[in-house]
Amino acid sequence: MDNITATIQVVPLNHYILLSAIIFTIGVIGVLIRRNAIIIFMSVELMLNAVNLLLTAFSAYSGDASGQVFVFFIMALAAAEVAVGLAIIVMVYRNTNSIDINVLNRLKW
Amino acid sequence: MNSLIVVSILALVVLYLGLFKAKNALLPVSVLGLVAALVLAVCEWNSGAAPIFSGMMHFDNFAVAFTSLTVVSTILILLLSKQYFEKISENVAEYYTIILFALAGIIIMVSYHNLSMLFVGLEIMSVSLYILAGIKKRDFASNEASLKYFLMGAFSTGFLLFGIALLYGASHSFDLSVIAKYVTDHPEGLNPIFYAGIVLIMVGMCFKVGAAPFHFWVPDVYEGSPTLITTFMATVVKTAGFAAFLRLFSICFAPLSDFWMPTLLAITIITLFIGNITALFQDNFKRMLTYSSVSHAGYMLFAIVALGATSSNAIFVYTAAYSLASIIAFAVLILVKEQTGSENFDSFNGLGKKNPFLALVVTVSMLSFAGIPLTAGFIGKFFMFSSALQEYHIWLVVLAIINAIISIFYYFRVIVAMYFKDAERKELVSNGYFKLVLGASAIITVVLGVYPSLITDLF
Repeated sequence: MDNITATIQVVPLNHYILLSAIIFTIGVIGVLIRRNAIIIFMSVELMLNAVNLLLTAFSAYSGDASGQVFVFFIMALAAAEVAVGLAIIVMVYRNTNSIDINVLNRLKW
Repeated sequence: MNSLIVVSILALVVLYLGLFKAKNALLPVSVLGLVAALVLAVCEWNSGAAPIFSGMMHFDNFAVAFTSLTVVSTILILLLSKQYFEKISENVAEYYTIILFALAGIIIMVSYHNLSMLFVGLEIMSVSLYILAGIKKRDFASNEASLKYFLMGAFSTGFLLFGIALLYGASHSFDLSVIAKYVTDHPEGLNPIFYAGIVLIMVGMCFKVGAAPFHFWVPDVYEGSPTLITTFMATVVKTAGFAAFLRLFSICFAPLSDFWMPTLLAITIITLFIGNITALFQDNFKRMLTYSSVSHAGYMLFAIVALGATSSNAIFVYTAAYSLASIIAFAVLILVKEQTGSENFDSFNGLGKKNPFLALVVTVSMLSFAGIPLTAGFIGKFFMFSSALQEYHIWLVVLAIINAIISIFYYFRVIVAMYFKDAERKELVSNGYFKLVLGASAIITVVLGVYPSLITDLF
């Protein structure tokens, strides 16, 4: 454990923050501009993983394990979300034969 | 704490009842279990001195009050569900179970004392709601509502989590009291990532409660979901969202209000205007109610903008009044839609002659929404406005009163349709549960309006 923490601390903390911010932004942009439900979903997962990376880095730097435990919570709940989300996407596909979110405009302003 | 355990076990029991095909027992068991949870919650009043479960949760009076409120709203909504789910699908027990699991998440959300519990509670609630929004599997609108809610919910969770991670980076803890101590210990120089964290958490929570400009999913999701589920989202879920929002900001970020208050003030004003002005132009009653729910989110944000000693009480009174009025409006909408097949204002024409009772309770609910005196809605608005005035947000109150006047136009359209427009229609038949829920909600609304001191001195 000490070994891993030492390895993580080789890279300065700011670099981790920047890297996760960049990954998070890629995820946000992906959600906003892509039109395929699966790709939007992947972008959301990217956002969550950016958070995981950030939490791990903070946790290693502050010598506090609770950040890493939080990462497990995020992983478990993200898996639950994947289960429900993919089921919803399958349900939509069966009814519309498409997972392009542009077909979902029956409800409007 | 006991009510959380009861609700979680109750959900599993109901699931097993479905397995053993005891369909008639579902509703009585769920309601009795929830009544037990309510009694246990009320018994914990004034007894939650310290956080429990290694500081994960804290059942203070705030948590007890909001747990009781959400449990009562859920009981009223479940009573309306008699014969409702049977029309949608064979597997009725699952719906009761999922609603109860969502309620368990909500109880965690109103009593958390650690940011990880906020996240876990929020996700338990949201994942249940994604399923509930899509329970009409063959219905396109329900499908669309479910997918939109899922994508937007997961997206907003990402923001919330990034904010939590940044707070953790600055304060090295997820515990609310440690974060609060970190804020008060550093009156001058907080770590800049802490401020970024506050902004991201604010964005995430505004998404969840449906405040503009993050409200765009609300109308679609509320309209597409089955009406009973919309009722649940508009009342219980909204209450829980605001309780969680207020709990975080009043415990941790109150000393930093100079930083986040102007942003939230702008969000409040935009929410009020977008919600009310868009609601004016709707012909569909359900869609009007969804936009009115956006505008009510604006009024509820007052309590957080003008954070002070009375905020918890103000938001409790407002959400109670709003939940009761919403339950009445949506319940009558279910009945009207069953008969006429339409959700437009026109389908309410002539209701006053044929069903005087239904017309009367809808009138009470609309008056309460609009904030007319002698209804609970007036007391809610009065509390919000007076707490804002205490913090000298005079312009905010002026704008809010303009909005309250705008809202009277669209709420009174229903009343006009019911009493002054004639249409050929048959009498609506409703079962005893509907009459019970409608009558009880209307009576409570009026009683709270006449004797506000019953709930205004709780905290």
